[in-house]
Amino acid sequence: MALLELKGIDAFYARIQALHGVSLTVDRGEIVALIGSNGAGKTTTLRTISGLMHPAAGTITFDGRDISSTPPHRVVQLGICQAPEGRRLFQRLTVQDNLEMGAYSRRDRGGIRDSLEKVFTLFPRVKERRHQLAGTLSGGEQQMVAISRALMANPRALMLDEPSLGLAPLIVDTIFGIINEINSSGVPILLVEQNAVKALDVAHRAYVLETGTIVQSGPGKELAQSEEVQKAYLGI
Amino acid sequence: MDGSPAGTTQDSALAEKAEEVEDPAAIAARDQAWTEGLMAVRAGMVGNRWVRLLRWLVLGVVIVVLLLMARNIATHSQPLAYFLQTIVYGLGSGSLYALIALGYTMVYGIIELINFAHADVVTFGGFISLSVVTAFGFKEGVVNGPLILLALVPITAGTMLVCGLLNITIERVAYRPLRNAPRVSPLITAAGMSFVLEGLMFLWKGPVNNHYPDLIPTGQLTLIGTTVRIKDAVVVVLALLLVLALDTFVTKSKLGKAMRATAQDRDAASLMGIDINRTIAATFFIGAVLAGFAGTMYGLYFGNIVFDLGFATGLVAFTAAVLGGIGNIRGAALGGLCIGMFEAFWNSYFVSAWTQVMIFVILTLVLLFRPAGLLGMRVPDRT
Repeated sequence: MALLELKGIDAFYARIQALHGVSLTVDRGEIVALIGSNGAGKTTTLRTISGLMHPAAGTITFDGRDISSTPPHRVVQLGICQAPEGRRLFQRLTVQDNLEMGAYSRRDRGGIRDSLEKVFTLFPRVKERRHQLAGTLSGGEQQMVAISRALMANPRALMLDEPSLGLAPLIVDTIFGIINEINSSGVPILLVEQNAVKALDVAHRAYVLETGTIVQSGPGKELAQSEEVQKAYLGI
Repeated sequence: MDGSPAGTTQDSALAEKAEEVEDPAAIAARDQAWTEGLMAVRAGMVGNRWVRLLRWLVLGVVIVVLLLMARNIATHSQPLAYFLQTIVYGLGSGSLYALIALGYTMVYGIIELINFAHADVVTFGGFISLSVVTAFGFKEGVVNGPLILLALVPITAGTMLVCGLLNITIERVAYRPLRNAPRVSPLITAAGMSFVLEGLMFLWKGPVNNHYPDLIPTGQLTLIGTTVRIKDAVVVVLALLLVLALDTFVTKSKLGKAMRATAQDRDAASLMGIDINRTIAATFFIGAVLAGFAGTMYGLYFGNIVFDLGFATGLVAFTAAVLGGIGNIRGAALGGLCIGMFEAFWNSYFVSAWTQVMIFVILTLVLLFRPAGLLGMRVPDRT
């Protein structure tokens, strides 16, 4: 059974339907990419998983447990953590405090210290900047802090929303390298990206979302070869 | 603040309600336009010679007032003693304003609501402790010396707790159901809660000025003709300690950091596992604990308390919060002290009938020329 499973999810903003029967799965150890253009419903999908909004129809199960109507802080406690789109750091808190907030629902001090060490090894830059206010960092550094902050929860599944948005190509490569590294340490990742080339390259499997509906799915490399995907998202 | 879309249900009534909620993007755009407009005015880019002229005019008036005050200070028959005495009074009431302003600023910081009922919680605190004090038969001279502290400390602590619980209840019934409604709705229920509380306190103790026994040991120190009573020292020192404790709590403790995180980005905070409802309730609790303390101290310090005390006091304390930079805790403490000091000086050297008018003139000027307040936030918001 899949670790995270969405079945026939409908979601609305007021009366506007954003998701039409979205179904997807993330298995243990996988990187799953969700690609699609602006407004396709990628972020909405993550919001329904996180519990920031609840689906009008369909079910979300995590590790066999129905989380369709679980509030966001409970979802985090169950082990799903998200680095939201646009980083959304606490700008007027220090980097260290941001990381501490990432571990908010944990009580095991020793474990938190271990996670902090791990994060600092993964991102030496974050360690250098830990006493600075998060709002004073560059975009790339902020993205690193956002991912670190999500990792501080010691997640059983990690969701990354547009981690490459607005970053210089060199930093994008670094970030994707680290996504691979996190995944090989055993954390399954649901990756939302507009940068389809990079996403399909790194993902084991991928889904293509178009106006709230999943139109294609399959192994990442396979989708990268598909004609429609190439035309619509890869610019080939 | 990202208004969470509520329309995840097909229930038509709810869907209709959801539609009334403004599009968060539109709110953000409007807020930004407003901020940019204000910044442009401040930078003197808009318009404008009229705005610039107005600023010089205001500056001129302020200078004239300061000169007049300087003259009154210098020409008093006992210039130094009277001046220092004024400072002592200013510190006393300033500390109380600071404590009340903290409650406004904390709540505004986290949910952008001006909690009009806050100052009535202060009065409520005064009423509760007064009732307990009366019930136990404490009067001036019944218990003398430091022994009275054995009674005052638990009474004050109990009052603070009750006020905290009251404020949590207010938040639960009057504000939380409107969390995602347009901003003006909770503002209206806040004004409503204020009237409800004042009405209850009117029924409780009537329209009269209730005498509050002067229980803090009397005793005073006279230096250079200036009298410092024990209660002056007590109110200032305790208020200072509470402000420091609060500041440490908010900057160092996990819950305090969660409050600041929630204030800065509510959705992101909940994505970190922070329980938003609990954090907001904790904020109301802490604000009201300070209010309960301030209400009791007000009674002990000024010796009387009336049911609608919160109305005027609340507006003054709110001005203090805005002056310091709304949402900023150190700012509220500083603003409270400044306003208390201003009030004392105006009372001492000009006509006290005009004091409140002048305080609201300050509010207007701050909003016009320095909307971020004295300690307003200046950190780049980069995305």
